[in-house]
Amino acid sequence: MDLLEFAKGPALQVAAYILVAGSIWRFVGILLLKEKSDFSEPRQSAGIMAALKVIYTRSFTASAFKRATLYPKMMAYVLHIGLFAVVFLFVPHIMFFEGFLGFEWPGLPNSAIYVLGVAAVVSGIALLVRRLTSPVLKLISNFDDYFSWLMTMLPLVTGLMIPVRMGIRYETLLAIHILSVVALMIWLPFGKLGHTFLVFITRGTTGMVFERRGAKT
Amino acid sequence: MKKRPTVGEILQAKGVSRRGFLKYCATTASILALPPSMIPRIAEAIENTRRQSVIWLSFQECTGCTESLTRSASPTVEGLIFDAISLDYHHTLQAAAGDQAEAARHAAMEENEGEYLVLVDGSIPLGNLGFSTIAGMSNIEMLKETVAGAAAVVAIGSCAAFGGIPGADPNPTGAVSVMDLVTEKPVINVPGCPPIPMVMTAVLTHFLTFGTIPDLDKHGRPMTFYGTTIHDRCYRRPFYEQGKFAETFDDEGAKAGWCLYKLGCKGPTTYNACATAKWNNGTSFPIEAGHPCLGCSEPNFWDGGGFYEPLSTGQFDSGTKLAGAAAAGVALGVAAAAAGRAKQAKFTKEG
Repeated sequence: MDLLEFAKGPALQVAAYILVAGSIWRFVGILLLKEKSDFSEPRQSAGIMAALKVIYTRSFTASAFKRATLYPKMMAYVLHIGLFAVVFLFVPHIMFFEGFLGFEWPGLPNSAIYVLGVAAVVSGIALLVRRLTSPVLKLISNFDDYFSWLMTMLPLVTGLMIPVRMGIRYETLLAIHILSVVALMIWLPFGKLGHTFLVFITRGTTGMVFERRGAKT
Repeated sequence: MKKRPTVGEILQAKGVSRRGFLKYCATTASILALPPSMIPRIAEAIENTRRQSVIWLSFQECTGCTESLTRSASPTVEGLIFDAISLDYHHTLQAAAGDQAEAARHAAMEENEGEYLVLVDGSIPLGNLGFSTIAGMSNIEMLKETVAGAAAVVAIGSCAAFGGIPGADPNPTGAVSVMDLVTEKPVINVPGCPPIPMVMTAVLTHFLTFGTIPDLDKHGRPMTFYGTTIHDRCYRRPFYEQGKFAETFDDEGAKAGWCLYKLGCKGPTTYNACATAKWNNGTSFPIEAGHPCLGCSEPNFWDGGGFYEPLSTGQFDSGTKLAGAAAAGVALGVAAAAAGRAKQAKFTKEG
């Protein structure tokens, strides 16, 4: 068994088991937690609409923080849009998903994917530089932040290296790329990358709590 | 012993013009990635060399490799070069049979001790030596005996180079490749199912010209022919970059000649010269004929997943294990929540 066969076979399988088990573990674990007792009188009723409102409003920068957060927010958008396109709109990736989902969807030309991929890497680096240069961000950052960044960037960079090649054989680069995805799949449920599947739950919960307390959302 | 004619004399006798011969030398220099200054050297070496003694051993094979070499529509200069070697032993092509054939092999080995080339097609069974025998000898016995006095060994075709189809899972004959058994002589792998005729003759030409074996890659294949992927040289590559793929063998994309990646093309991971050297006197190659590359020059190509499954398809088990993982996730989540609730209750009580 060569490296590519290992990456495409057992490594990917084990990573898939860990990703599925780990994500459900965290998801169920959080959903079944008992709601915190709140002895105060609710200011407003905190229903599902409050959750949906914050899920929407937090997608944009509040006017008061516009100046302070416009740059990182833009970078984060570029990173996330780039990641989405690279993962879900690159035709060989669609083929990969079709392999177990059984259906496919239209993709983008490779050139567009390369541009979006490079944009995602550049924005990722910009966000890391900001994290490293901002005293406040530096103070509140921990291993999880840096490791999650690395796990996100590795598949992007190794994927973008495949068409460039740089004297390395295609199948070796492909194997390294798949193994970097394997590492990402294993780490994803357990660190801050868990926001992939928790983002709207946590944002909605925040919205409901804020609404109940009468905060402006 | 009668003095053997030079290759030049043989080609002249066969009516090959000087112009045609030099064209072959130029093409060979080009495909071997040699500078034009090497053309005279190739011509001189080929013209003046005595007929190279070649012993061709066929083991567990389908004769496709020999067919590839001999079934050209019209005689080519490459074909004539092959005629010009002294093919002293070849089951399919030789007129002699039985003891006479074996005597020819032994005579060639004795007369050209240390100088002859051994070409092997087919894999060698080790599971039961009786699975494949020639003149009462097992394949491994014949290989070891013949290789002992050879200058080098060329494994022709994927069966000889990597075990090929006989070596595919579950490998009922215990088939192995030439390089699994021959470790004391240089082995050049010329894989393919079958290999490109020009690649076979160019490897022989390289040996005749320089007396050395060409630079080889990690699988023992000549770098000049197996240095780049089919995908890198494929004329359909621009369609891959544009995201234009044939979905079925008869859709509009297939008719327009779009990329065959979605139909399982193994071009991106297959190293061979098909896209440049082509087949049938340079007519086309499988992808040009509308079929995805099967990756036949790569080790274990037969066991490397479905021929019609795209390369990027992961090799997952059935959904059962994934469902098991999901169930384990639910169990862990419930346990984690129960532990969390217990902790919450404790804090509330303490508070």
